[in-house]
Amino acid sequence: MENIRNFSIIAHIDHGKSTLADRLIQYTGVCNERNFQDQLLDNMDIERERGITIKSNAISLPYRAQNGQTYTLNLIDTPGHVDFSYEVSRSLASCEGVLLLIDAAQGVQAQTLANLYLAMEHNLEIIPIINKIDLPSADIDRVLEEIDSELGLDPDTHIKASAKEGTGIEEILEAIVERIPPPKGSGDNPLAALIFDAKYDAYRGTIIHCRVFEGCVKAGDIIRFMYNNATYKVEEVGHFLLQRAKREKLSAGEVGYIIAGVKTVSDVRTGDTITHQDRPCPGPLPGFKEVKPVVFASIYPIASDDYQDLADSLEKYKLNDASFIYEKDSSAALGQGFRCGFLGLLHLDIVQERLEREYDLSIILSVPSVRYRFTLKDGRVLYVDNPTHYPDPAEIDKGEEPYIRASMMLPERYLGSVMKLCMEKRGVNSNMNYTGPGRVELSYEMPLAEVIFDFYDRFKSVTQGYGSFDYDIIDYRESNLVLMDILVNGEKVDALSQIVHRERARARALNACDRLKDEIPRQMYKIAIQGAIGSEIIARSTISAFRKDVTAKCYGGDITRKRKLLEKQKEGKKRMKMIGSVSIPQSAFLAVLKSDND
Amino acid sequence: MIKSEQAGLYIHVPFCLSKCAYCSFYSIAAPNLIPEFIKALLREMAFWKSSCLPLKGFDTIYLGGGTPSLLSGGQIHDLLNAVHSAFAIAPQAEITMEVNPGDVSPEYLRNLRTWGVNRLNIGVQSFDDGILKFLGRRHSAREAVCVSDAARAAGFDNIGLDLIYGVSGQDVRLWIQTLERALSFVPEHLSCYQLSLEAQTPLFGRYRSEGLSLPAESEALDFFFATSHRLAEAGYRHYEVSNFARGNSFRSRHNMKYWRHIPYLGLGPSAHSFCAGRRWWNTADVAAYIQNLSEGKTPVWQSEELSAEQLALEALFLGLRTQDGIDLEQYQALHGVDLLTAKKQTLGQLVENGLVEIRDGRLSPTLSGLAVADSLALI
Ligand SMILES: Nc1nc2c(ncn2[C@@H]2O[C@H](COP(=O)(O)OP(=O)(O)OP(=O)(O)O)[C@@H](O)[C@H]2O)c(=O)[nH]1
Ligand code: SF4
Ligand SMILES: [Mg+2]
Repeated sequence: MENIRNFSIIAHIDHGKSTLADRLIQYTGVCNERNFQDQLLDNMDIERERGITIKSNAISLPYRAQNGQTYTLNLIDTPGHVDFSYEVSRSLASCEGVLLLIDAAQGVQAQTLANLYLAMEHNLEIIPIINKIDLPSADIDRVLEEIDSELGLDPDTHIKASAKEGTGIEEILEAIVERIPPPKGSGDNPLAALIFDAKYDAYRGTIIHCRVFEGCVKAGDIIRFMYNNATYKVEEVGHFLLQRAKREKLSAGEVGYIIAGVKTVSDVRTGDTITHQDRPCPGPLPGFKEVKPVVFASIYPIASDDYQDLADSLEKYKLNDASFIYEKDSSAALGQGFRCGFLGLLHLDIVQERLEREYDLSIILSVPSVRYRFTLKDGRVLYVDNPTHYPDPAEIDKGEEPYIRASMMLPERYLGSVMKLCMEKRGVNSNMNYTGPGRVELSYEMPLAEVIFDFYDRFKSVTQGYGSFDYDIIDYRESNLVLMDILVNGEKVDALSQIVHRERARARALNACDRLKDEIPRQMYKIAIQGAIGSEIIARSTISAFRKDVTAKCYGGDITRKRKLLEKQKEGKKRMKMIGSVSIPQSAFLAVLKSDND
Repeated sequence: MIKSEQAGLYIHVPFCLSKCAYCSFYSIAAPNLIPEFIKALLREMAFWKSSCLPLKGFDTIYLGGGTPSLLSGGQIHDLLNAVHSAFAIAPQAEITMEVNPGDVSPEYLRNLRTWGVNRLNIGVQSFDDGILKFLGRRHSAREAVCVSDAARAAGFDNIGLDLIYGVSGQDVRLWIQTLERALSFVPEHLSCYQLSLEAQTPLFGRYRSEGLSLPAESEALDFFFATSHRLAEAGYRHYEVSNFARGNSFRSRHNMKYWRHIPYLGLGPSAHSFCAGRRWWNTADVAAYIQNLSEGKTPVWQSEELSAEQLALEALFLGLRTQDGIDLEQYQALHGVDLLTAKKQTLGQLVENGLVEIRDGRLSPTLSGLAVADSLALI
């Protein structure tokens, strides 16, 4: 145990975690040049393409230190987006130390701080690393100043690195060995292992990623999940090298995997504690929380024939994503589909893309919504996350919507525009303090719905990318809510309905009408788009008719070519949904959430 | 009804003295190859004659190109004789030949008439010398006038003129002047094409490098309507997107076969054929064409077997290019789709918006519908 180090790399998004992980992996020689590809721990295509980490990942690195001893360094790579912050916290709970990466050009950002606080909560050793020192815009002195004043860390403890160019890597490895304490705990105690992730393997079922704190676990053991008391027989345990590497046992202090015939990842809760059935530990490890989806949207197949395919694909997809939930749903405009819950809009985006890509489905997502709470006159309380289930307005006594506390960090010069944006988003109870010269930490309480509605994009744009943002859900607050419908050529498209604050309804309706006008391709006849509350039309736009094809001649030699062209266009139309006599493209449903301010 | 329809025979003459700037047809400037080419054509006829093509007989022949009028009178004569001996040609067959102004003498035209050509299609394109030059045509407006007059004098009573509009610098008013000149000959048929830029043509490059552009949608629509209205006034039926006839009997019987999915056999390099759900086309290379046939090989380069769905789509987009539109009952019989039920809502919108009419069991485009014929096919 003396020769184990469990650590994580934390940073604000894009500050270089995955790239640094790549360098550490290469340096310790786990992976030869031939097998190497960038962002080695980002396994999914979608992670590589977008350059972001969605799932946590772990790898054991053998390292021969300058003191002559060999160490096992367990690196846990974590996602960087707000949608996945609970996973980050569980990964951190599995470590004794962190590398805190700070982009030398961008300096300390909101999630640098948020992650630092998390690391401090877990009493982790913190090694600040100034990354990207190769950038011409790197400003190391400023970052050192921020490490001191904003993070409250000793700037003398920092390491300068360029993950891209591989500078500072050995110094980092030495610091891990010297400064991060070895794990505590005893292999003789009753088993207590923390689940920090779970992945699905088609042959082996769920692969549980865990950190053993006490005791040890081996094949043949009967283990119990403390959250739901489910028991399983362990089939295999092991370490993470580039592939899984089977081991005799996993002991206190170690990070590894357990395979125990668990069918789906949804049977496993990240943050849960694993113990032995016959010799349980006294209680679960601290910090367990069930993550709940906050954004809801319905998914429909574009072609109703594909409903069963969609059902099958969701089932398969769900095997690997425990935070995604779904149930049957149907829409008057779009037919049979599923209501789904997501951790946030990025999560939603990822699910959509993976369904389309990995399962080859053409789907439509309804306008996302948060979960509202209605108290009816008869005292009943309803949670409504689907505008289709909006209660009869005459029966509503009180409507409430979820609020968040948003924490933002930004250079002072953007303060005015960010405050304006927050007010526009119905932000209240602001709090502000200067964390350093020219830097402001700002917090607001805001309706979650406003944050989903293009807040993040606009925040990024008004701060020109310098601002950072994080949030926590706080409570439900009373709100004057109405149901806003969208009609396309007089026909209500329920998947475009939104529950909105009454004062915002007109602006939102106008925005939706304008957006749809841009998104829906012109057709051979005029299309009227209207926003309505009940029978009252509050906004409208018109898409003029398409009146002339460029189609001069079509004789014997032209027919095949023309047919191919039309076939292609037809194929494109298949990705649109016919509602009444209007083809609405997939993109329209999410576009209504974006405003044209940016 | 369709069974009794006879097929069309197309002969592609792939030679031009020079290439027009907008042209994407297959043709080359190598008239020295003509004698060899004609031999090859005769071989191709023999080839099809001995094949078991399920074509009963032909009631239209179309000599197109390229420039068929580069063939001498004698060569045309031989060719037609060969056609008649190789295939069953109906006695009243429509026999069309394309001619270019400047290439043909009155005597040549008289001979054509004698040898059975009964319809002339003259590639006038414009009566404006500036535009003719811009398009890279080899002839002048005057020559176009001459040949049109000479055709009448030679006894042709079924003459079609080809015109192009929407050329850079030409507004609707200028175009109507050309159209008026054309009308002064009282042609039986007019083809009025909006200029389109085909990739790899010199005109395409020129438009791009000089920053020229084709008429925008609303202007293109003005051209389209102005043409149709003027020609309607003059007694022409706008029977296909770009084609007008002075009465049904003067419609191009040959071209109508394309739009009605009636079988046709194409001879010569790059010519397309269609029969029994299959389409095939010859090599677009005169030398290879000649060579293949001299070695007893097939000139066919590629073919496609159309799926039921593809046939249905073709029938739809071809039918909707014509004013007659689609016979709904026949469409259902052939393609198994009852359009009225399957596309009820969309057709309702189209009718309401004056783009199609449903009458006497036919679905046909209105004038506004013809303007968006391709889009109609995507319903
Ligand atoms: N110039 C320079 N660029 C770097 C360096 N390290 C990382 N980058 C670049 O910064 C971008 C983000 O790097 P990642 O490693 O994907 O960052 P991350 O922190 O894993 O991002 P998330 O997983 O999305 O939070 C990539 O384009 C990297 O190539 C560095 O040392 N110098
Ligand atoms: S004469 Fe006809 S075929 Fe020949 S180049 Fe001109 S347009 Fe093309
Ligand atoms: Mg990453």
